[in-house]
Amino acid sequence: MSRVERATRSSRIGVALVTAALVVLALAPFWGDRQTLRLLAEMLTFVALASLWNLLAGYAGLVSVGQQAFVGLGGYLLFALAILFEVHPIAAILMAGPIGALVAVPIALLIFRLRGAYFAIGTWVVAEVFRLLASQISVLGGGSGISLPAAVVVAMAPNRQMREFEIYWLALALTAIVLGAIVILLRSRHGLALTAIRDNEQAAQSNGIDVWRIKFIVYVLTAFGTSMIGALIFLQKLRISPDTAFSVNDWTAFVIFITVIGGIGRIEGPIIGTIIFFVLRQTLAELGSLYLLMMGAVAIVVMLWAPRGLWGIFAERLGWQAMPLRRHLMLEKKP
Amino acid sequence: MPDASLLKVKGIDAFYGDFQALFDVSLSVEVGQIVAVIGANGAGKSTLLKSIAGLTHPHCGEILFDGTRITDAPAFDVLNRGIALVPEGRRLFPSLSVEENLLIGGQSRRPGPWTLARVYELFPVLAERRRVPAPALSGGQQQMAAIGRALMSNPRLLLCDEISLGLAPIVVREIYSRLPHVVTEGLSLIIVEQDMMQALRAASHVYCLQEGRVALEGPTHALTREAISAAYFGV
Amino acid sequence: MQWFNVVLQGVLIGGLYAMFAAGLSLIFGVMRLVNIAHGDLIVLAAYISLMVTQALGVDPLTSLLFVVPVMALIGYALQRGLLNRTLGDDLLPPLLVTFGLSIIIQNGLLELFTADSRRLQAGPIEIQTFQLTPSVWVGALPLIQFAVAVAVIAGLQALFYKTTLGRAFRATSDDQSVAQLMGLDTRHVFAMAMALSLAIVGIAGVFLAIRTNFDPAIGPARLIFGFEAVIIGGLGSMWGTLAGGIILGISQAIGAQIDPGLQLLAGHIVFLAILAVRPQGLFPKVSG
Repeated sequence: MSRVERATRSSRIGVALVTAALVVLALAPFWGDRQTLRLLAEMLTFVALASLWNLLAGYAGLVSVGQQAFVGLGGYLLFALAILFEVHPIAAILMAGPIGALVAVPIALLIFRLRGAYFAIGTWVVAEVFRLLASQISVLGGGSGISLPAAVVVAMAPNRQMREFEIYWLALALTAIVLGAIVILLRSRHGLALTAIRDNEQAAQSNGIDVWRIKFIVYVLTAFGTSMIGALIFLQKLRISPDTAFSVNDWTAFVIFITVIGGIGRIEGPIIGTIIFFVLRQTLAELGSLYLLMMGAVAIVVMLWAPRGLWGIFAERLGWQAMPLRRHLMLEKKP
Repeated sequence: MPDASLLKVKGIDAFYGDFQALFDVSLSVEVGQIVAVIGANGAGKSTLLKSIAGLTHPHCGEILFDGTRITDAPAFDVLNRGIALVPEGRRLFPSLSVEENLLIGGQSRRPGPWTLARVYELFPVLAERRRVPAPALSGGQQQMAAIGRALMSNPRLLLCDEISLGLAPIVVREIYSRLPHVVTEGLSLIIVEQDMMQALRAASHVYCLQEGRVALEGPTHALTREAISAAYFGV
Repeated sequence: MQWFNVVLQGVLIGGLYAMFAAGLSLIFGVMRLVNIAHGDLIVLAAYISLMVTQALGVDPLTSLLFVVPVMALIGYALQRGLLNRTLGDDLLPPLLVTFGLSIIIQNGLLELFTADSRRLQAGPIEIQTFQLTPSVWVGALPLIQFAVAVAVIAGLQALFYKTTLGRAFRATSDDQSVAQLMGLDTRHVFAMAMALSLAIVGIAGVFLAIRTNFDPAIGPARLIFGFEAVIIGGLGSMWGTLAGGIILGISQAIGAQIDPGLQLLAGHIVFLAILAVRPQGLFPKVSG
């Protein structure tokens, strides 16, 4: 009897590899030095941000160049909750998620009136509005920003090493949760609908899929995740200002490059892209703005000649997948 | 002996996406000839015309116009060589008026007898409604405008894709009655129709397509009704 | 009376915003492409004008004679060489490629010119003013710039509806395949549209450079102003775009009058309000 299966040999290997990687990463504080931990934490947050952007653009077809709105929102929520309401930083990070999602609701209702590329610019306008509003909040430093008070920092852990371990594990945990949630979503019925929308939106619509509602849900969920990661990022940075919080370069340009080069619309893409991005950054960082220029050129080249990204090339040719996501029809061999 | 045919289609295979629409189809049109291509819905008639016009390109075989290979030529190039298509469903430009649609047809500036004035002579109703936006025209008027638009490029070969589609019989008769005026001065015609009666009356030669293959061809006067029906329906 | 002056200044800068918007909406109309690098190209034009005025010793308005054709050529080459490859049903490639272009232009300008703020000096005309009423004076330069903006919009209207090229634009926008059947090489038509768009960008860039301090990073904000003007005015209507620019300019001017920090925010809020209440814009063209 023919049956539909999800796992393939490569995905079984993939799951095993991912599990092994998770264990190794969890133990990083014991084998890595301080710099390595910071680097790994940064990479993890980018994997999370890129995966969320990938979900939005690669699956739901919503290309946003304004996700920095939620990164900055999360950061400012952390500072506001910790400084003004004396909430423990880790609790503040967890609260940033639902609050970010709530903010995303009216925003989505507004900007969903725009389509395609105009939607993208609309998301940018929203980020700009957030940035301008943040500059007006003098109690959080106004235009020049503010540092996290020592009292708040100490509340996390008594010594610096423990704090860094905590932030690292938090980054690992949050990223794992975000990726896990995305995998679960994509394996679900909604995930099937998303893949249908990704492949052909019109056909999905005419097959009875409520495209608007799914896009709305994905947008709000992505805001949830992005806000939490944003809060974490600025806990690590210990300082926030409107320009750093809502920077297009840091939170959108890099994220887009990572996802495009790694592979849009594939869950493995952001992971591959992040690794490549950081390897390039370590080797080319001294070049300053030339580095950004090259990234832009590489992204264009990839978009035109390898639109599925690096992972896409392998996946197409060899049928690989790291996560058991796609359904395969296993035909029974005829005797 | 040199091949004097105006158009020669040799053994083309054409695809509509992944679906093969034409299998080893050959056809030829002489100067000044009217050729009918008939067949049921989905037989491949439109794909044949699109392949000739350059909107799509066959996977194998070749298309020769006046001895030159145009198999892979893009549509605008094919038009500039002298083949004009009246597309299925008219497809006038909705943002343009009737006159602007005709003028766009003439933008290639090919020399020849067809001018705005002459098109208005052929279809006087268009002159009356020249400034009207194209979508405001009736179906029959739109068809006339589409034909006029194609004529404005002074083609040597005119391809008509189902010009009777969706039109009342009296309108169809009126349009077909104008065709003889069009074919003067050596213009050749390929008429594609589902409704074979008009096509057979107008044409001197007929090809019948059935599921992507040429099931029957020959001079119209030499073929019996029974033979044509059999080829059409594939019995 | 002071408020009248504020509104007047808003109207005049609205003309500049309308010029930002005109190029953007032109190419969206013809090929459904939104050029995310549009604002950065305006800044590029400003820098080209800077180089020309420094190298040839001419004033900025004269540099237009060089900047506009150069920008038009850049537009033709850009479309034909790069952007034509991104057109199709998928909206990701043009968006991401023009976003990449935006980053490249910004950082390229940064490398070449550093982040220093620049400004072009237009000479005596900058301080010339006209007296409209006993208590209202208006600068000659803003007035000229507004007049140029209106002329550009009027010119575009005329081009679209009265010329062969405009007809080709409208036909290609309606139906690309049938336009090809008429003998139009759409690669060329698109490239001409982009050339025209960047010619307007050239004019806008020079006037921007005279009016304000500029540096490589101000491109995205210009894109946003242009975009807001298009949405406020309504898609598909050139005069609507002018109205949109004016409304945006007035909103910003009033915001700035209340508090200098509120200038940009006021514009964005008006934009969002119109998006909420009348998403099709104030003067949308009914599509035929």
